Formats: sequence, C-alpha cells, structure tokens
Amino acid sequence: MFAEFGYGVLLVGFIVTIYSGVAAVYGVTHKSAALVESARRAQLLTFPLITLSSLILIYLLVNNHYEVAFVYEVTSRSMPTYLKVTAWWGGQAGSLLFWSWLLAVFTSAVTLRKWDRDAEFLPWVIVVSSVTLAFFLGMIVFYENPFTRFWLVNGNVMPSMFSPSAVATVFTPQDGQGLNPLLRHPGMVIHPPMLYLGFVAYVVPFAFAIAALVTGRTDDRWTRITRRWSLWAWLFLSFGIVLGGRWAYDVLGWGGYWGWDPVEIASFMPWLTGTAFLHSVMIQEKRGMLKQWNMILIILTYALVIFGTFLTRSGVLSSVHSFANSPIGPFFMGFVTLTLVTSVALLIWRWPLLQSETEMKSMLSREALFLLNNLLFMGILVVCFWGVIYPLISELFTGQKVTVGPPYYERATGPLFAGLLFLMAIAPLSAWGHSTIQTLGRALWKSFALAAVVTILLTFTYTQNIYALVGFFLVTLVLSATLYEFWRGTRARQKSQKENFFTALTSLMGRNRRRYGGYIIHISMALMAIGILGIELFQKETQGTLGQGESLNIANYTVTYRELASWNSPGEGVNYTRSVVDIYENGIYLGQLAPRIDFYYDAEQNMTIPGQRSTLRDDLYILLLDWQPVSTMGATFKIYVNPLVNWLWIGSLLFLAGIIFAAWPDHDPAEEPARRNAARNSQQTSAAD
Amino acid sequence: MRKNILVLPLVLILGALFTGVVLAQENLPTDDEVNAIARELYCPVCENTPLDVCPTEACRQWRELIRLQLSEGMTEQEIKQYFVDNYGARVLAEPPRTGLNWLIYILPPVMILAGAFILLSSFREWTKPKSVEAGTDEEREASLEKDDYVARFEEELKKRK
Repeated sequence: MFAEFGYGVLLVGFIVTIYSGVAAVYGVTHKSAALVESARRAQLLTFPLITLSSLILIYLLVNNHYEVAFVYEVTSRSMPTYLKVTAWWGGQAGSLLFWSWLLAVFTSAVTLRKWDRDAEFLPWVIVVSSVTLAFFLGMIVFYENPFTRFWLVNGNVMPSMFSPSAVATVFTPQDGQGLNPLLRHPGMVIHPPMLYLGFVAYVVPFAFAIAALVTGRTDDRWTRITRRWSLWAWLFLSFGIVLGGRWAYDVLGWGGYWGWDPVEIASFMPWLTGTAFLHSVMIQEKRGMLKQWNMILIILTYALVIFGTFLTRSGVLSSVHSFANSPIGPFFMGFVTLTLVTSVALLIWRWPLLQSETEMKSMLSREALFLLNNLLFMGILVVCFWGVIYPLISELFTGQKVTVGPPYYERATGPLFAGLLFLMAIAPLSAWGHSTIQTLGRALWKSFALAAVVTILLTFTYTQNIYALVGFFLVTLVLSATLYEFWRGTRARQKSQKENFFTALTSLMGRNRRRYGGYIIHISMALMAIGILGIELFQKETQGTLGQGESLNIANYTVTYRELASWNSPGEGVNYTRSVVDIYENGIYLGQLAPRIDFYYDAEQNMTIPGQRSTLRDDLYILLLDWQPVSTMGATFKIYVNPLVNWLWIGSLLFLAGIIFAAWPDHDPAEEPARRNAARNSQQTSAAD
Repeated sequence: MRKNILVLPLVLILGALFTGVVLAQENLPTDDEVNAIARELYCPVCENTPLDVCPTEACRQWRELIRLQLSEGMTEQEIKQYFVDNYGARVLAEPPRTGLNWLIYILPPVMILAGAFILLSSFREWTKPKSVEAGTDEEREASLEKDDYVARFEEELKKRK
C-alpha cells in the first residue's frame, strides 16, 4: 500500500516535471506569460511530490518493510533508527531518489526568488532544471525503483513493482541484509549528502549559464546571480571530499586518506572545474574577459557532476561488460553526451557575442596568472579523467584489463599541484591590468627570503628529501605571502581610517568577504599541503604477529601487546574483538590504544577500527588484523606512523571556515544604499568608457 | 618418581616444537617484506585494492604465496611477472608501457602542452598594442613608479565609504 502510493506520487512528479519543461518552452516561444507562470508552479510542485515519496520511503525503511526490495537490501532489524533513515542514500535506488529530492529543493528555491530583472532567464532555467530532474526521475520510475517489492510466484521469489500474476502474493523476508558496515561510520553517513549537495547545487549556475546563452545576454548577470550558488556548491563538494578522506582514514585500514580510486576521482573532477570557475569568473567580473571560458567551465562542471554520479552508481568501474548490462549506464552516458553536445552547440552559436571587453596588457597581471591557474587545474583534470577512462578503453579495444593506480596520478599531478601552490603565493600580490617583475618582486621578495631561510633550516633539522624541501618552500611562500597581504591591507586601512590594528583587520575582512575568505582558503590549502607532504613522503609502516607481552618497534615508538577480549553485542548485531597495546616513545610510557575488529552478523563482514594517537607532529595508527585465541594468544598488528598528517585535517576545517566566510551574505543595511550607488556609478562609468 | 617420568616427555615435546618454530621462522620472510611487494600488486578480483590491504581470504592466500616465493629466492620482479602471467596486467599499479597503453602516458602531457600553447597564443593576441594607445613614455614610467597596491586600495576605500 505505502509502496504503491510512494511509486504513484513519484510517477506524478515525473509527469509534472515534464510538463513544466514543455510549458516553459511553449510559453517563451508563444510569448505566453501565463504558460511560463504555469511552468514555474509545476516546477514548485515537484518539491512536495518528491518530498512525499521520499518520506514514504523513509517510513518503509524505519518500519522494517522487508517486502520492499530496497529496504531488504540496505537495512536490518538490529540497525539503529538513525542508520535506517540514512540508508535512504545507502543504496543505488535510494540515492537516486535522494539526488532528485535535492534537485527539487534547489530548483524550487530558485523559482521562488525575485525575477523582476531577469524574467527572460526564468523559462530557460526551468527547462534545464526540468530536463535534469526528469532524467533522474525517469531512471527511478522505470529502472531503479526503490519501491519494488518481492512476490512469491510458483514457489519462486521475484522482485516487481506490481503483481506479476494473478496467483502471486507479496513475500516478506524475516530480516534484511543490513547496510554495508563500512557505510555506518559517521563520516560515511554524512559524506554522500554533502557530495550530492555539491553536485546538485552546480545544476543551478549551469541552468543560468544556458539561459544566458539562449537569450543572448552577454553581461555579468548570470554569474552574479549564481555567485553564491557556486560558492555553496563548492563548499559542500569540498566538505564531501574531505569527509570521504577522513572516512577512508578511519575505517578502510590502509593508513591513508586518498587512494586515487575512481570513485574518489569522480567527486574530485567537478571540484577542479568548479575551483577554476571560481577564479576565472572573477576575471569576467573585474575585466569583462573570459566569458567564453567561463561558459566552458560551467558546462564542464555540470557534465562532470552527472558523470561523477554515473561513475559511482552505474557499475561501469567494475567492467565495461557490467556497464553494458546495467540498465542505467547507457542512459547516463546518453544524457551526459546529449547535454554536453547541446551546451557546446549553444556556446558555439553565441561565441562572437562573448568576446572580451578589454585587453590583457601583461603576462604577470592578475588575470594572466589566474588563467595560468586555470591551465593547471585543467591539466590535473585531464590526468584524472584519462586515468579513470583509460581502463575502460583498454578493455573495450584490446580486451586487456589494466589498473591505473596511485603511481600514475602522483607522478603526473605532483608538479601541477606544486605550480598551483606557487601561483597561490604570487597571484594575490599581482595587480589587475598590469604587473611587472619589478612590482611583483617588490611585493614578494620578503616572502621568498623567508621561505628560503625556512627551507635551509629544514634541510639541517628535518629532511634532505628534495620533493619535501620544494614542497615546504612553496608552503612557506604561500603562508608568508598571504599573511603579508592581510598585514598590508590592515596597515593601509589603519593609516586611512585611524583605527587600531584589530579593528582595521576585522573591518577589512568584513567588507571584502570574498577576497579575504579566499585568502583564508589559501592558508588552509598550505596547511593541508603540510599534512599531505608528511604522510606521502615520510610514512612508515610495519606489521608483525605478537604474543602477549611482546613488542614491535617503529620509528621512535615501541608497541607492546597486552591483552585481547572478544564479546557479543546482540542488540547491535555485532561481535567485538578488542586488543589493548601499551605505547612507549623513546622508552617513555605514553598510554594505551585499543585497536579492534567489529564483525557484523547481518552483513557477515569485518570492520577494522584503528587505535590512533594524534599529535601535530604525527599520528600513530595501529590496526588489529588477526588473532589466534587458542594456540598462542598471538595477534597480528599493522602499525603506521603518519608524520604531520593532522595538519591535513586542521587545514580542512580552516578551508571550510574560509568558504563559509566568503559565501556568507552581507546583511549590513547601511551598506545597501552605498552598494546601489556604487553599482549605479560603475554603470555610468562603463557607459562613459 | 611417577611425576618426574611424566614431565620429561612433555618437556621434550615442547622443546621440539619451539625449536621447530624458531627454525622455521628464521627462514621465513617478514610481514614487512611481503607487504613491500603486495603494496604494488592489485587484487585480481576486487578493483583498485592493493594486495597488502585487501581483507579477503583470497588476498591473504596471495600474500602467503608471495612469502613462499620470497623464501624460494624469487626477486620482486620475478614475483610480479608471475602474477601478471597468471592474472593479467591489471595486477600492476600502472599499465605496462606497451601498445595502446602508451596513450595513458602520452596524452596528458600532450593536452597540457596544447593548453599552454593556446594560452600563449591568446596572451599574444590580447597583449597586441592597439594603435589608439598613444601614451607617452614618461606617463608610463610614472604610473609604474606608483605603488599600485596602495593607490588601488585607497581608491576602493573611497568607493566604499
């Protein structure tokens, strides 16, 4: 009953979505404001409809309706309620519904905004949104239905939405299979919704970009309207990626945060184009340049967002054969191809209208350096995209399966990331329009000198690894140049406004949120780079089997195996095996850690939970791999020492804070008239020009 | 008297066991030696998972196979070749540099260089001096000597007041 109703509501939502797109096109081509308004209301209606079907699914999940195949696959009786709710996005069908719900939320929010100045955009924004939403709803309604039920037919159980025959009866298993234990970690509970928020939010700026292309408006309107959308999309995508890294670190048991896995890369690629877009759109706003390139970037970001969802949901990464067998794989590829071709065709059609308004005068101007920044981001994108795609091409054309693993990515992207760090240091100190070696050098020489001194000191005290030294030089350069920028701005304001340092600093940042939020992000990137350099270049590991009282040594640490206990927790459906080890550093006792293994009955799967001791200097990370309870009470441990890795997490938090700072709306009422006057003045100025 | 008789065989048996264990262990490669190779080989069954961290029973057996091969004197290269011969190229961390696989190594730098070339051409196009720009050398020099940053900053402050 609930399943049928949920499916019915979804179907209505699908039809309403198609109607809104068709009505919008008809409305604009037949110049009917009433039809456009009707399309807008239909778009709004998708939100309550998809919300209702989603709530029904959550109801089924929470109340153990195992006759519903999706509920059976991702939940079990022993799972706590909150995990049953979050199982919504724990499987294929539910996650597609979740994606659709988010899109309905965002498109409804967009249609609610004031459209006075942008009425010509509205129908085309609706078209793009409804095409995207209809695509996802269509896949759910026709192929990946979360409301499919089990039916008993002639002694066999088969899944179907509706009764397959007159004699069939609904079949209800006693319990479900349970969610994959790896997905029960808090980081992995939150990671998909963050990622999807980022993915789906990028549909909005793309929709406005397409509207600008179709209507032929060449001003900055679409980028200004969607500026905050792009920032929030970037925030959630970044947060999702960081959470994914933290989850990998905490539960996958390989002592690292990033494995260059195709699923990870799927979320990283739209982040790359999104980041490039955030930088190049500033050039468009400041200098009237790069309108064509910004269109390319937002089109690429949208395509990569759909592609990323496709990569993680279609099974193509296992094999091209499973791709061919997957019901939704070909549809995803068709949709990405169709939208990409249409977008590029529109762009080509409007190409002449999007010429630069001004010229670039210097290779060291800020806009030139931003362009170089974009080139490096695109270089990393090419490496990632090709690394993900090539195994499929190889299998398709030669039948040979290959793995493209970390060595390929690290070798190729390392220099590009180094280049980005360098640009991160010098670009903010360059000037719009024109910079020279002299002016840039004047601004940068102190930072260079400091970075050189720090690097020399590190040579004597920490490492002679050339990659590490180059990395630390660049990190110091970014930190000192960026902090210098804060200092210079504050000093200038102090002089002109007669304020004390702290007041001047907070006023400066408050009035230039975007810029100083960006600088905070740059600082956080440098901190993350410290953590990445530490764990990538200096990680140590060892593994051994210990009897009780025996020890393993690694770096300056000694790990002594003390005891092991194993017990059942029937209410949780888990068997715990917990070891206790003593930790010494240079002979000094530091305390105990308790690495353990959790065995989940329903999934029949182990999950290793490391014991971790975290400091700014390093992480001591211990895994219990195996134990022999009968013969010798021996246990096998794997131990990692991950130097500096916690700067990665500190940098990640600062990174998110920086984005929030940059994206936070300015709501100073006194500022409003001033901004309007400034806008009017700038319009008059540009008219005069 | 009776107790002494029973203890003696037990001691002998335990002694033999420990001796055997010690002797066996002295010849076996350590977990670290096995993992150094396993880390660079990928599970033939589960995608994108190195052998050293793969939790399945099959991977555990493959690691023990590596240990056995090391103890028999095989080199790292020979062990890797064994796995490629038996399970295909996908066990390697990177595609072998043969045939179509060269594309994975050549295409990214080619495309990055192409991007750099396009960028350079655009720069040249954009920096072409216009005929209308007839500023004097003196004016240009004067503008360069200004502290661009402070001037621009003060200008922005005035606008925001």
